[in-house]
Amino acid sequence: MASEVHAAEGATGYIIHHLTPLHVGEGFWTLNLDTLFISAVLGGLFVWFFKTAAEKATSGVPGLVQNFAEMLIEFVDTQVKDSFHGHSKLIAPLALTIFCWVFLWNFMDLFPVDIFPLIGSMMGIEYLRVVPSTDLNATFAMSISVFCLIIFYSIKIKGPWGFAKELMFQPFGPWLLPFNLLLKLVEEIAKPISLALRLFGNLYAGELIFILIALLPWYIQPVLSFPWAIFHILIITLQAFIFMVLTIVYLSMAHEDH
Amino acid sequence: MSINATLIGQMITFALLVWFTMKYIWPPLFDSLEERRKKIADGLAAAERGQEEILLAEKKAKGVLKQAKEQSTEIVGLAQKRANEIVEESKDTAKKEGERLILAAKAQIEQEIQQAKEGLRQQVADLALSAAEQILGAEIDKAKHQDIISKVSNQLG
Repeated sequence: MASEVHAAEGATGYIIHHLTPLHVGEGFWTLNLDTLFISAVLGGLFVWFFKTAAEKATSGVPGLVQNFAEMLIEFVDTQVKDSFHGHSKLIAPLALTIFCWVFLWNFMDLFPVDIFPLIGSMMGIEYLRVVPSTDLNATFAMSISVFCLIIFYSIKIKGPWGFAKELMFQPFGPWLLPFNLLLKLVEEIAKPISLALRLFGNLYAGELIFILIALLPWYIQPVLSFPWAIFHILIITLQAFIFMVLTIVYLSMAHEDH
Repeated sequence: MSINATLIGQMITFALLVWFTMKYIWPPLFDSLEERRKKIADGLAAAERGQEEILLAEKKAKGVLKQAKEQSTEIVGLAQKRANEIVEESKDTAKKEGERLILAAKAQIEQEIQQAKEGLRQQVADLALSAAEQILGAEIDKAKHQDIISKVSNQLG
């Protein structure tokens, strides 16, 4: 239990405990059950909400649920139309999924740090890390999927040769081919890494600060955690937004034929 | 804190979510939005058309009103003319009737004069006769001297 670990191992133990995922398996074949479970539940929540709205969707006067869903749809659609000028059936739903899912992941950060581990410990679960975006696997899974789409669309739109040419002959022309290739490869690989690490870093740091605040005496805690939580409302939305917008931008870059 | 198989699980979940959103969530919601946008646009266009129609109708109504006014003036004019005619006609009729009445009265007066004359003649004849009777005594017979009496009365007429 969290408090016992805290008592036994001090502040470091408490922090490490809070940031250790519930896992099974060894080495690479480890599964972080909490990340998988919680993100699946949150994904289900997202899908359920929007499915409810979609089923009741009417072009007449919309209900509350439909209103909210349409607000998000319009918001995402505006973002997509702003930076993506092609036709794609995938990109807008993808952006919506990313925004909502990442936002829900991040939102778990706003629950008091001890609540879920406490509930977990009551059910005999020793470790529980409830914010999926503090798991590199979750953020990388998303950014690598996006990266695969970038590569897929680059090849699909520009053709394999066109894509290869872009990698080799830009930006400095054919005489600096190795340099071009190196630059382009770094640029491409930097995309998923920066996407994943930005989200992970922000949320991990945020969670860490919540945990640190939770270590302080109880009468100081609200003074610190309240403004931090309010600030975090901005951060979690912003991070979800950034992830979505960058995905759209990267995919629209993949669609642009030079 | 290391990359492990969770990555694969998360990618599968992500793919499923994106697929579901693409297939079942985005199209109906987006379509309903588009449809509403179209409805609103149609509604606005209809409203504009309606306003134009109102303007047209107002113009038309003004025309009709003007026409009606003209017609009514015309009708009033006709009626006045007709009234004048009727007045004239009745004046004529009255005049004629009066003349007729006067004629009839005159005729009656004439007749009455004749009657009065006849009566007077009779009375004068009777008077003369009775005077003659008284003068001549019983000698003169009324039946016998009828000729003379009628001659005298004719002279009176």
